[in-house]
Amino acid sequence: MPREPSLESAAFRVHCRVPAILLTLPPLSGCASEGVIDPQGPVAAAERLILLNSTAIMLCVVLPVVILTLVFAWHYRGSNRAATYTPDWGYSGKIELVVWSIPAMVVILLSGVGWIGSHELDPGAPLAARAAPLEIQVVALDWKWLFIYPAQHVAALNELTVPIGTPLSFKITSGTVMTAFFVPQLGSQIYAMPGMTTRLNLLASAPGHYPGFAAHFSGDGFSDMRFMVHALPPAQYHAWLAEAASTGEVLDEQRYDALARAQATAAAHAFRAVPAGLFEHAIELAVQPGALASRPAAAVH
Amino acid sequence: MFGRLNLAALPLNEPLDMVASGAMILGILFVLILVSAKGWWPSLWREWLTSVDHKRIGIMYVLLAMLMLCRGFIDALMMRTQQALAIGTAHGYLPPEHYDQIFSAHGTIMIFFVAMPFVIGLMNFVVPLHLGVRDVAFPVLNAVSFWLTASGALLVNVSLVIGNFSRATWLGFPPLSELKFSPDVGMDYYLWSLQISGLGSLLAGINMVTTIIKMRAPGMGYMRMPIFCWTALSSSMLIVAAFPVLTATYAMLLLDRYVGMHFFTNDGGGNAMLYFNLIWVWGHPEVYILVLPAFGIYSEIVPTFSSKTLFGYRSMVLATLGICIISFTVWLHHFFTMGAGADVNAFFGIMSMIIAIPTGVKVFNWLFTMYRGRLRFEVPLLWALGFIVTFVIGGLTGVLLAVPPADFVLHNSVFLVAHFHNVIIGAVLFGVFAGYNYWFPKAFGFVLDRRWGIVSFWCWLLGFYLAFMPLYVLGLRGMTRRLEHIPDPRWRPLLEIAEVGALLILAGLAALITQLVVSIRSRERRRDRSGDPWQGRTLEWSTPSPPPEYNFAVLPEVESVDAFWQTKRRRAAQGEPPPHYESIEVPANSPNGFITAFFAVVTGFALIWHIAWLAILGLACALLTLLGFGWFERHGRRIPAEELERVDRAHREQAAA
Repeated sequence: MPREPSLESAAFRVHCRVPAILLTLPPLSGCASEGVIDPQGPVAAAERLILLNSTAIMLCVVLPVVILTLVFAWHYRGSNRAATYTPDWGYSGKIELVVWSIPAMVVILLSGVGWIGSHELDPGAPLAARAAPLEIQVVALDWKWLFIYPAQHVAALNELTVPIGTPLSFKITSGTVMTAFFVPQLGSQIYAMPGMTTRLNLLASAPGHYPGFAAHFSGDGFSDMRFMVHALPPAQYHAWLAEAASTGEVLDEQRYDALARAQATAAAHAFRAVPAGLFEHAIELAVQPGALASRPAAAVH
Repeated sequence: MFGRLNLAALPLNEPLDMVASGAMILGILFVLILVSAKGWWPSLWREWLTSVDHKRIGIMYVLLAMLMLCRGFIDALMMRTQQALAIGTAHGYLPPEHYDQIFSAHGTIMIFFVAMPFVIGLMNFVVPLHLGVRDVAFPVLNAVSFWLTASGALLVNVSLVIGNFSRATWLGFPPLSELKFSPDVGMDYYLWSLQISGLGSLLAGINMVTTIIKMRAPGMGYMRMPIFCWTALSSSMLIVAAFPVLTATYAMLLLDRYVGMHFFTNDGGGNAMLYFNLIWVWGHPEVYILVLPAFGIYSEIVPTFSSKTLFGYRSMVLATLGICIISFTVWLHHFFTMGAGADVNAFFGIMSMIIAIPTGVKVFNWLFTMYRGRLRFEVPLLWALGFIVTFVIGGLTGVLLAVPPADFVLHNSVFLVAHFHNVIIGAVLFGVFAGYNYWFPKAFGFVLDRRWGIVSFWCWLLGFYLAFMPLYVLGLRGMTRRLEHIPDPRWRPLLEIAEVGALLILAGLAALITQLVVSIRSRERRRDRSGDPWQGRTLEWSTPSPPPEYNFAVLPEVESVDAFWQTKRRRAAQGEPPPHYESIEVPANSPNGFITAFFAVVTGFALIWHIAWLAILGLACALLTLLGFGWFERHGRRIPAEELERVDRAHREQAAA
């Protein structure tokens, strides 16, 4: 079994593998987005590798079992009188030993993969990278995503603009029911839960536009609860920041409360002048009795 | 007076629901009129509704499961069709609030009212026959269990006509399922139906455990029990341990919804994470409650149709008990993405993988049972072979999901949906279909049509692959589950293939029903007079088909695992001395279960609609019925030795001929 690559090495391998041509592409041209099998960051790449390795290990046993089943069924068919028939044979110590050890060995191998992988890819653990991480606070709402950049005092609704090559440190909560934050091409998902904060660390290595969405069912507007990740080269990311800080809509606590209460999705747009502590306010509001409106009863039976 | 109930609860403005409820009501009316016109009421009441015979109760469980399978499958077809239509800018034919009810109902019905009653029904029918005894430990309680399960199923279907069903998934996750986010009666229908049927399942589990531990034929030590009994015992022990957790969890959610408590709410210090843990403490063992008896069925069918003894009996027992115990230590793998931390995730991941060891051993043991056997490709064996090939794929993807970092990207996706359908259909459903074909002649005295059985097998098998293999791929491509419309038009071809697969499964279901109808119409030709149509190995095949209500005229003496196989050999070699017959007493019929369940439905309905007086009245009547029938000692019916002798001799002569 190949040793699981450390996150660091995986990070830089993927990072370096991004060809220079890609960087010269017009930054907003669409990228082929094909989920988990098309990783665009070290976390997703390492997870895909684990997926492939584990599958390969298990296929070593599963394929022979499928073939043996068909072979035995055919060879020992009732009409084949040439096949040996031992109606009372029901025990063989040697076969028993083999039969218990094969799955046991596979599981020992996979346990190693699972143990190392769980630790190296722990969503809460910071990524090892040279650049300083960018902190982004994520609030799941009915039925839209709010991304707050606390140090930059900007925020964005249903779009997440990030610089490539910079570790992204997410703090995630929900302003409504539970759901999950997931960008398949960047890696791990994690639950967004009201009154609580979960942590997730990701990194985008290549510029592109990667779909993200709510992965845990959260009510009637769930299917619309999608956003796009714009992974940009640093210069373009800073240009976006500057634009958001000058032309975005002002987001204060009142505006946030209105957003949180409106039970609908919304068009992607940027906010500026985001006050410090808005994320904490979002956590408070979600657990305040009577702060949120009730959802309507079903009109359709 | 009527709580929240008013005319607005009827689906008068929705054509789709009018059709569905109309069809259901017409169907029920048709059956009622038919029964009345044919004058079947007295015999229906005497022989079925008040029966405490484990075989009849088992048959009613299976019938309930088959009916609910049709209902749950219609839901599935509607979902697949919606996802095949609502792609890109199209929005299909179902609005979210309807679609969300359909997928919630599909999951709830398929697990609680198809898989559970099918498995419990087969256990009910087979276990006492396997053990060589005359009934379960508590026959009247057995009827109560069945009727409570049926009550739950009825309430779920009432929601189609009056009010609406839950939109909060088949597990009712809070905070979405709390009053604030699900204010209508949908969640209440869900909770009360499952509380009532859950009580039925718990009682059935207690009954089964007691039966297996306390009531075995003379000579049947634990290590001579058929594997199906071992799996039934393990499954029932899991029921006894896990269902109280479910009941308590739902009770907490009900307290939140009805009296404003804060177990799982956002506010007041509630925490939904608690619900996730509790529901999966029940939910993962539930998987094994369903699949272990299915494994047991395969362990009976493979030796029978290989004409060979089971390979590795002791290994099978050990593997079954191992799975039973480990299944309680894996629940957290259902939410690795909650952020529990690396050590916790890794521990539960590895525990989940360990379950693959005993499961793998079972697969190998079935393989080596076929090895050097003589296979007869009857319908039950086809299902078993289809199962082995399909199940190892589901096992592979399951172990994959047990690796936490792989789960981080596959959780909640349609890959997960494909995985659990791979095991629930590929192992549980194939298993109960195999068992249904296998034991049908024992239950009714005639063999099911082979040709239609083969058609239904191939349609289900190919339909399954067409419907779910595309979902594995779509999950890897980033499609999450429970989508009412599909954002990415590139997924269309695969979704259309899945739709074709669903239609093929529909053909399989139709073939299954056709098989039953064709077989009933030509039953005279298909009579099984020997009682042993498959050259069976276990004790049920020593009885006439169908067995008399007392099962065995004389309790058999058991000397090995393949008890009846040995008997047949001995009889052929040296004949058998005539048995000594003694009069026996069989339990009298009891309307206890039916009446208690009737009041349980009334109570559940009243609670759902907040009709306090009716709830109190219904509950009081249910308890009075239960206690009332328990208070008075009722003597069973005595069957004289002469009658036993007459029936038994006739059967022996027919079997010998």
